[in-house]
Amino acid sequence: MTAELVRGQNHPLSQARLEIRVSAGAPIVASATLSDENGKARGVEWVAHPGAPTLPGLEVSKQAAADHRLAVDLGAMPEAVHRVNVLLALPTGGGGPVRFGAVAAPFVAVTGLDGTEVASYTLTGLDAESAVVALELYRRQGAWKVRAIGQGYAGGLAELFADQGLPEAHHLAGTINEAVARGLARSVPAPPQRTADGDRTRQAAAPAPGPDQGGPAPQGTPGRATPQPPSPYGPQGAQPGYPADPSAVTQPSAHTAGGPVDYSHPGRQNAAPPPPPPTAPPTPPGQPAQPVAGDATGWSMDERLYNQVWGMFEDLARTTAAYRSAVDFADSRMEKEIDQVLSDPRSRIGGQGDATREAARAKHTQLVDQARAALDRDLAQLAAEADVVEPALPPAYARWDNPVWHGYRVPMEIPMALRVGDLYLPESELLRIPMLVRLPLERGLWIDSGHAGSLDESFADAHALGRLAMDTAVALAARLLAVYPAGEFAVHVIDPAGSGAQALAPLVQTGVLATPPAPGAAAVADVLTRLTQRVDLVQMAVRAGAADSLPPGLDTAEQLLIVNDFPHGFDDRAVTQLRYLADEGPAVGVHLMMVADREEAAGYGPLLDPLWRSLLRITPLPDDHLADPWVGHAWTYEPALVPPGSQVLQQVLSKVAKARTKDM
Amino acid sequence: MTKGQAISLQKNDGGSLTAVRMGLGWQAAPRRGLFGSRTREIDLDASAVLFADKQPVDVVFFRHLVSDDGSVRHTGDNLVGGVGQGGDDEAILVDLARIPVHIDQIVFTVNSFTGQTFQEVQNAFCRLVDETNGQELARYTLAGGGSYTAQIMAKVHRSGPGWTLTALGTPANGRTFQDLMPSILPHL
Repeated sequence: MTAELVRGQNHPLSQARLEIRVSAGAPIVASATLSDENGKARGVEWVAHPGAPTLPGLEVSKQAAADHRLAVDLGAMPEAVHRVNVLLALPTGGGGPVRFGAVAAPFVAVTGLDGTEVASYTLTGLDAESAVVALELYRRQGAWKVRAIGQGYAGGLAELFADQGLPEAHHLAGTINEAVARGLARSVPAPPQRTADGDRTRQAAAPAPGPDQGGPAPQGTPGRATPQPPSPYGPQGAQPGYPADPSAVTQPSAHTAGGPVDYSHPGRQNAAPPPPPPTAPPTPPGQPAQPVAGDATGWSMDERLYNQVWGMFEDLARTTAAYRSAVDFADSRMEKEIDQVLSDPRSRIGGQGDATREAARAKHTQLVDQARAALDRDLAQLAAEADVVEPALPPAYARWDNPVWHGYRVPMEIPMALRVGDLYLPESELLRIPMLVRLPLERGLWIDSGHAGSLDESFADAHALGRLAMDTAVALAARLLAVYPAGEFAVHVIDPAGSGAQALAPLVQTGVLATPPAPGAAAVADVLTRLTQRVDLVQMAVRAGAADSLPPGLDTAEQLLIVNDFPHGFDDRAVTQLRYLADEGPAVGVHLMMVADREEAAGYGPLLDPLWRSLLRITPLPDDHLADPWVGHAWTYEPALVPPGSQVLQQVLSKVAKARTKDM
Repeated sequence: MTKGQAISLQKNDGGSLTAVRMGLGWQAAPRRGLFGSRTREIDLDASAVLFADKQPVDVVFFRHLVSDDGSVRHTGDNLVGGVGQGGDDEAILVDLARIPVHIDQIVFTVNSFTGQTFQEVQNAFCRLVDETNGQELARYTLAGGGSYTAQIMAKVHRSGPGWTLTALGTPANGRTFQDLMPSILPHL
């Protein structure tokens, strides 16, 4: 039975081996201090913190995270220890929130090893504090008890430790912050300018969850999260028509805290209760509910729209499956019935056979009509949903012709997913489902510049196709650059023959490339070697658990390598490196985008098959090669290209380039 | 509801039922002393076979949890059973309004995958519930039903604009629904 403690309340602990679970809306540091019977910590060796995570009977996490599990074995505590204080603090210097008032109320629970809660406590009412004593485990007449404390310190850990009588308080607080910052080095870029404390604007990216802290997926503790009231959500935020003002969609600034949901900060509100999803206005009975953008589960509008799009994808797949199976059935039944008529000698004489055949056809038509009516009903519903969802999409999910791109601003956080194109089925060519892939990319992309089947294509066609493939690659690379925060995504290009120069112009001219496109074999080898080394280094560091030992000059941004004209200019060594990058790169933030014709690389034989298989194939022209995960229809993929004559790509990339120079 | 009885799924007020759930529950095999790991688990499986004009066109069971059209969903395979106090351990949800137009009958079956007969299983039951209001439409107690390993439980079929439920309750033998096909066909 869980005891929900209020401040000052205590509760007996029957077990010695416990876990203390912490969840907060933002990455926080969890530490613990031991103290003697006088409530005094005897020195730094009595503090378990990210720099020194283990003490006898106590272990804390090495990094800041939104969720913690602290292992406690009270039986293993030294005799002299009479109290264990569990401390929470906001990491400094990461650019995240600087006061607990700005994040959801942290929740702590004491649980047994099997996960059963013994006692829990929500730390409400915190404001300017940046460090807090959450719980105290203490000995009373030989037995251990837990007490809810909730004592906060505006002066941070330094003040907290000083209060506990630690002489080296400031030094210790510095050590902890340094250790935390080292742990975050992999996931957070150089902190932007800090604004004054107390400024509640979301001035900088919160420490993005690192690779070992999970993605932006919700990982809070739903249901028992916090008693904080959900922020009042203006239902107008998702009404059709409202998002037509793109600036309101992309830039819900801080002063509209009670207004529309913030699209650009999915990971921030992890454990905070999500604002209620937009609900459809009541409809007269008998009519289908009006569709509303964001009408799905999720902890942020970003996630809700993502889930809604996937919901529409599944619905379209399934309703089409129903239609197809009904039509197939009608076809086979009619065939069988007509066969029966033919094989029956009696029916050959007179009009009886014709009549039976007619009847079979009529049955067929009736069933197909019914199936079509059901499909049309569902398609109309989905189309109405798409009509409200498309305009409400944030840039990462939106088509290039969506007005949201004209109000584009460089985001502060990585979105959940990226639209790489549209998907549709032959039954419903007008209904386009955004094809969203999760970020960071889990696999590289292969843009197939190969001949689309027909052999009689002229050279000009092949050339045009190659150009289109490169345009697709550039549009995708630009989209990735745009949806990542400034400086967190770097693009390299290998273009050995220089044939992609025209298509690459937007990237080159706006100066968003990390390095100019590499021409010639030597430059190819150079780029590949550098990226391979980067993968090696990061991989070694991650495996050894020593992320802090990476060289200081290492670029922490995700890397994308666009390879044009493969395999021209590639030798065996370069091909091997490429395969290595395709296999090992995604896990450490190095991604491939191959613009290639598989036929041309056939000379390498089966050696390259694993390479193609490890990449997601997309085509510059609509092509039905993608299968959905539910029923396996062949979906036609159409790339997300910039409309002809539009300057949106240049505008967006200029903003990206500007934000990056500002950031330096 | 008794065997062979049919009830229309039209509601009294003229509206028709939109969703039914087939629930299956049984009590896990008791743990036995020292060699607890040697206990023979009991795994019962619920399946729904979708027929169009007496031909099976789709089936929802533990390896295919959602019919292709999405209208019939299995909540997932339970391999060991529950506490045996009346809760459903496996359930199949049917959204009658969304079933493709050519499908005219859905047959629900229960199989003992691990081979115990229903005599050996404690507190086994299966039932059909009106998902909109939780009202039980049909319930069978499997235990005591004889030494069978399967039961063809009930079918819902189109009649006019709505659906009708017919209780079958026919015992049979078989490990999965495939084994039951010959026994199902006479009931269509």
